[in-house]
Amino acid sequence: MTKLVTILLAGILTNNMVLSKFLGICPFLGVSKKLNTALSMSLAVIFVMLIATAVTWPVYALLLEPNGLGYLQTIVFILIIAALVQLVEIVLKRFLPPIYQALGIYLPLITTNCAVLGITLLNFTDSLSYVESLFNALGAGIGFLVAMVLFAGVRMRLETADIPESLQGLPITLISASIVSLSFLGFAGIVG
Amino acid sequence: MKEAWNTFSKGILKENPVLRLVLGTCPTLAVTTAAINGIGMGLAATVVLVGSNLAISLLRNIIPDRVRIPAFITIIAGFVTIVQMLVKAFLPAIDSALGIYLPLIVVNCIILARAEMFACKNPVLPSILDGLGMGIGFTATLLAMGSIRELLGNGTLFGMSVTEGFISPMLVMILPPGGFFVFGILVALSNRLARRQGKKPVGNISCETCPGRAACEQTVCEEGFTVNVELNEAQSEEAEPSVESLADRERPSGENAGNEDTGAVNGEEGSND
Repeated sequence: MTKLVTILLAGILTNNMVLSKFLGICPFLGVSKKLNTALSMSLAVIFVMLIATAVTWPVYALLLEPNGLGYLQTIVFILIIAALVQLVEIVLKRFLPPIYQALGIYLPLITTNCAVLGITLLNFTDSLSYVESLFNALGAGIGFLVAMVLFAGVRMRLETADIPESLQGLPITLISASIVSLSFLGFAGIVG
Repeated sequence: MKEAWNTFSKGILKENPVLRLVLGTCPTLAVTTAAINGIGMGLAATVVLVGSNLAISLLRNIIPDRVRIPAFITIIAGFVTIVQMLVKAFLPAIDSALGIYLPLIVVNCIILARAEMFACKNPVLPSILDGLGMGIGFTATLLAMGSIRELLGNGTLFGMSVTEGFISPMLVMILPPGGFFVFGILVALSNRLARRQGKKPVGNISCETCPGRAACEQTVCEEGFTVNVELNEAQSEEAEPSVESLADRERPSGENAGNEDTGAVNGEEGSND
């Protein structure tokens, strides 16, 4: 139980997906301009991460590894994620239209998101069990959400700021990301 | 000959994938804690890029347009697996330094973007040259980032002590915040140079301006991102997502068609069937 909480907290604070592992930088910089888009995107990421972990873990542990096909991990995982995203989109559209309206439009962007493939791979490099992997995915997803929402707030402030010409646009966004990331360093050591 | 040289050299400076096209930001930030890691990552990505450009260019008339992105991803993942196994076998130190970022080359948008923007429309030789040029541009940027961060953060360069005794290393530079900061400064410099030459500086990353956009969206392929946001707002008012929403999608994507290449538009229509 303690381990699950540790994994969850580590994913949110100390090993934050975006701010300390640099996974999912594209949506972090690209979709964080408005608070509500940032929120919907992060919810979609949490959703896909959980489903992707739920499916890839058994596939690797029960199918690939016992048959000595561990090296196919990358290729199998990316195809599973692509297929899953497609499937989830169809199912949501058909059966849960309200959720589809909120998240559906972000789903296509997520397939090529390195955060999702990254978390499914990390579950095995950290040799986590099935339940631990699911918590890891949940923690990473919530961490992504926290980073996105915080950064969306920072960027809304930046819009009205007077910025030197050379730093306008991407550079100032990256430097603000650096400062947000610096603040997350403060959590180092909070969870073992 | 001159054309071949242009195809090759544009990736190095003029269309540098990281600083000018802003693709592949994840590995650029993640692995550049040391110069040698930058080179390792850059070369691994270059091999995959050249291989996938070659294969995709050869198969460009065979792969049906509708399934081209999944096909590209499969080809890229194949090459990534080859590189992964080679690195694991011959350069175990680099393998452990790069960790999961090595398999994550699959989702590196530089590779998918080059496949989508170049290799699937051009013959084999230019595609190889394009892949090589882009790969070298990527490696050079990663090397620059890695050198700066290693020098400032650790006081060394390629593991050799440089600033020992007169400047104490700033650890934060090899920590995550340093990555964002150095990258921000490099983009600012490259923007300044671009402005001097009368070119457009790169703006913020957004899905509308991302050159890899078509690839990103086409994976499950529907509509453009700006379109999506408008759609979302429009849809939240009405509960019925089926027929009207499809009609809604057609309209804004038609308006935006100018920004997208024809391939993307074709794919869009295909997927809505």
